[in-house]
Amino acid sequence: MASLITCPHCGVRPKEEFTIRGDASLVRPAPTASDEAWHDYVYVRANPRGRTLEHWQHVAGCRRFLVVERDTFTHEVHSVTDGAAFATENGR
Amino acid sequence: MRYSAFSIVKNALSGNLKWKPQWRQAEPKSHYDVIIVGGGGHGLATAYYLAKEFGIKNVAVLEKGYLGSGNVGRNTTIVRSNYMLPGNEPFYEFSMKLWEGLERELNYNVMLSQRGVIMLYHSDGQRDAYIRRGNAMWMEGVAAELIERDQLRKMIPFLNYDHARYPILGGLLQRRAGTARHDAVAWGYARGADRYGVDIIEHCEVTAIRRENGVVTGVETTRGFIGCNKLALAAAGNTSRVGEMADLKLPIESHVLQAFVTEALKPCIDHVIVYGGGHFYISQSDKGGLVFGAEIDGYTSYAQRGNLATAEHVMEEGVTMIPGLSRVRVLRSWAGVMDMSMDGSPIIDRTPIDNLYLNCGWCYGGFKATPASGYCFAHLIAKNDTHPVARALRLDRFARGYAVDEAGAGPQPNLH
Repeated sequence: MASLITCPHCGVRPKEEFTIRGDASLVRPAPTASDEAWHDYVYVRANPRGRTLEHWQHVAGCRRFLVVERDTFTHEVHSVTDGAAFATENGR
Repeated sequence: MRYSAFSIVKNALSGNLKWKPQWRQAEPKSHYDVIIVGGGGHGLATAYYLAKEFGIKNVAVLEKGYLGSGNVGRNTTIVRSNYMLPGNEPFYEFSMKLWEGLERELNYNVMLSQRGVIMLYHSDGQRDAYIRRGNAMWMEGVAAELIERDQLRKMIPFLNYDHARYPILGGLLQRRAGTARHDAVAWGYARGADRYGVDIIEHCEVTAIRRENGVVTGVETTRGFIGCNKLALAAAGNTSRVGEMADLKLPIESHVLQAFVTEALKPCIDHVIVYGGGHFYISQSDKGGLVFGAEIDGYTSYAQRGNLATAEHVMEEGVTMIPGLSRVRVLRSWAGVMDMSMDGSPIIDRTPIDNLYLNCGWCYGGFKATPASGYCFAHLIAKNDTHPVARALRLDRFARGYAVDEAGAGPQPNLH
């Protein structure tokens, strides 16, 4: 894992300031969606070996949720976006 | 050859030059009854029990690296059956019983040492929880003992009993639990399976799963196509990658777990000691090194290396429990890729594809489960029916609402 994460609000920070919530590629289904859709959302993971999107929270900084794009094999961090901005960009 | 005192003397007299390799370097055949993907402990145990208990001997085990290069050689060697939930405990106790007969079964010294595993508690609430767990174990016929502080002080005098935040008030002890030599387990099963005619094919990575009319017909590998009647996946750590080849939707995340060993010391730690204020566990190997580990790093990863921050956290937990550890030098550390499931419990089941079988989701706990996992998976493959002790470990348990969640952490793999 990269030692430093560039928070869009706080700048370059040590990664120990962040906690990891998990996969950010999943889209929350509608409350009335089928059991299968909810099952897939809650339990099924793509778990790629390579680029992945994750929700991180900058708990020891701005406390914002962020979307970190990183590589699960090389541990390289490609991008860090604010969670709300990510949701807007992706029409969620 | 079978090992015996006589064989040791005989080979000593010939300068130890006439020992034979323990298994053949098999070339892949064009077709097998069963192909097992993954030459770790579970895959090899599955092959062994398939051949020995269920009479299916036309079997290949495909391993992408060398035998035992994955998690079977990367764990902290602990074997125990001190689980609480009814879906788990009979399975792990079945495993513990197989461990107890494993050396005779395999004619191989797996160095099983039933030195006792003690889990410490630090508060009244935690004591109650351990009493409950101990009672749950007794209900499944497994002995557990609550050791109070005074008795524990005599057993293990060097712990930090009077820590301000995490005073040690006692522990829950399973005397039959302990450690085993992990590499020997892989080698013993490999040798045993090989003697029944199982082909163990190393350096053979599966690159695709070929399917026709909804059933698996074989696998594409780095050593060409190999056909099979049944395909069994035992590739924990890389389950999602192999599963993806057959379009399986899996409740798995891959996480990285580190372990450490110190320089060799004279015998000082007689048990496996588990810290209750965190996840730290420690034992002493027969060579004298202290072997220890704690939590996963917390992020998904396929890299077999961890983070220094986690290493520091592990050391801090260790020194909190045993202050004297601060004077010991760490010799090396390593990491393995864990199949973290959504409830912290494993999966041994069929899949939506009729002749494809799945063994995965072992989280931290795969090593202790090796014999039972192999046995139950072989049972499933041979009879197309779940072994009684693995009934709760089904793939569809999440959809049915029957998660087996020992930690009570919910579908958040980095918390199990």
